[in-house]
Amino acid sequence: MSSPNGQGVFKPWLPFTTLLKKEILRFWRVASQTLLTPIITASLYLFVFGATLGERISVLEGFNYAQFVIPGLILMGVINNSFANCSSSLFMSRYLGGIVDLLVTPVTPPQFILAYTLAAMLRGSLVGLVTWLISTLFAGMPWTSPLLAVLMALLASVLFAQFGLIAAIFAKNFDTLSMYSNFLLLPLIYLGGVFYPISILPAPWSTLSHLNPMFYLIDGFRHAILGVGDTSFAVAFGVSGLLTIVLFLWAAWLIGTGKSLRS
Amino acid sequence: MDKALHIENLSKSFASVPAVKNLSFDIEQGEIFGLLGPNGAGKSTIINMVSGITRIDSGSITAFGFDTRSQYRQTRRMLGVVHQEIVIDNFFTVAQALSMHAGYYGVDDDPRWRQELIDRLDLGPHLGKVMIKLSGGMKRRFMIAKALIHRPRLLILDEPTAGVDVELRHSLWEFVREINRNGTTILLTTHYLEEAEQMCDRIAIMNHGELVALEPTRDLVRRLSRRTLKLWLDGPLTTIPSELEVYHPRLEGNGRQLILCLPTDGSVSELLHQLSALRLGVNDFETDQSGLEEVFLQLTGAGSKS
Repeated sequence: MSSPNGQGVFKPWLPFTTLLKKEILRFWRVASQTLLTPIITASLYLFVFGATLGERISVLEGFNYAQFVIPGLILMGVINNSFANCSSSLFMSRYLGGIVDLLVTPVTPPQFILAYTLAAMLRGSLVGLVTWLISTLFAGMPWTSPLLAVLMALLASVLFAQFGLIAAIFAKNFDTLSMYSNFLLLPLIYLGGVFYPISILPAPWSTLSHLNPMFYLIDGFRHAILGVGDTSFAVAFGVSGLLTIVLFLWAAWLIGTGKSLRS
Repeated sequence: MDKALHIENLSKSFASVPAVKNLSFDIEQGEIFGLLGPNGAGKSTIINMVSGITRIDSGSITAFGFDTRSQYRQTRRMLGVVHQEIVIDNFFTVAQALSMHAGYYGVDDDPRWRQELIDRLDLGPHLGKVMIKLSGGMKRRFMIAKALIHRPRLLILDEPTAGVDVELRHSLWEFVREINRNGTTILLTTHYLEEAEQMCDRIAIMNHGELVALEPTRDLVRRLSRRTLKLWLDGPLTTIPSELEVYHPRLEGNGRQLILCLPTDGSVSELLHQLSALRLGVNDFETDQSGLEEVFLQLTGAGSKS
């Protein structure tokens, strides 16, 4: 046996790229759950709202219902999958004990967050992209500002990747983790304007909906695609960006201090 | 030369219950150092503080001259840890996990070194399996391979042979000796005291978060062990001669067996003279020396509780 101590040259970013690779391979290996299932769900929504109701309802002047709902469905896929990727991966690592393999390595907290976030963004973006491709079978979109739309989708992905990390850190078991998804994320998405414009709601629901952060993400994304929305793109982007920064700082603090990760 | 590990005034409490109390000790480069103690003594807490899994309340740890908190990127590269609990990741096969694992430590995968570990730990037939498909022993071997994949300078083994059969235990220890001979410092905890006695250059015994002994293994056993001399007499003895009182004598076998505790300094000539002068008529004799097991029980007080 040769000497075990002839360690190679230290590459400061290799721990990060390794963790990123592992996180991408992790969801890729179970693609039927992580990619196919959300795409099928999105396809069913598209079929219901595109092929059946799409031409018959209009909630926004100048657009049929399919065109209205498609941006929301794309973003819903991005958000759900970004959240699920971070939360399930980190929580499973904590639950099964595999996290200690990572905690004893030179991976820094920023590298930790970045790797988890980028993997979540990739999964969210893939689901969003395929949802959009399938949606072209039902309705064409004007794509007023495609770059801004992509920017908004990426921002939503980053935001919910941070939320996923935070949920995984605070979750004590699978029940509490699913509570974040079922009792927080789902109502926020459904009440955030995916299926209807906030402006058609009576008071005080319309005003209250402005407190829902999901509203700004969905409205901003729709605004960038259709060119119209309940609020201006700048406000939607600003509020979403601010929230992303707050959640990122929170996640960074939790991971930096080792909350629920290091005893 | 920097110490492999320098621990100074280390303390840690969990929910106000002290687990490690103001502990200080060093581990020299190249040695096999054993950390022993009953369950809850604080052994794993120390290992977890060294490796970064547990936060330090007060005190400091340096590994090869680097602080484990402020310079953790340097120290963690030099440490390999085999955790007490089996770590499960079923997303990757043994081969995939091993080829990827060095990257976490910032070093490129070395296929030759990886193959050496696979061969030496008999992981070859199991490379295509995920962890859940491995037997308990194979899981341990896999964890050791992962801990060594980045060629650490200090290998930490937290009860690596717990629940492992005798044959595997022997082969694992042989492997540990081999990598130690090749320059890797070893810090291990084990419940198998006989193994610690055979393996370790030095042993620290902990109890209730404190060190109760830290010495070279041989010195520790010699200093604290009790050697006894059992004499088979040709006739029963009713009273023990007062000259032998210093040897804490006792009689067994209807007065035909006299048991004496031998001096810890190893000198027995005076005793032999006294026995000769007393003309006790000895048919046979037997000596016995307690090992680390008895020393351990003596120091931790575990023996008196049972």
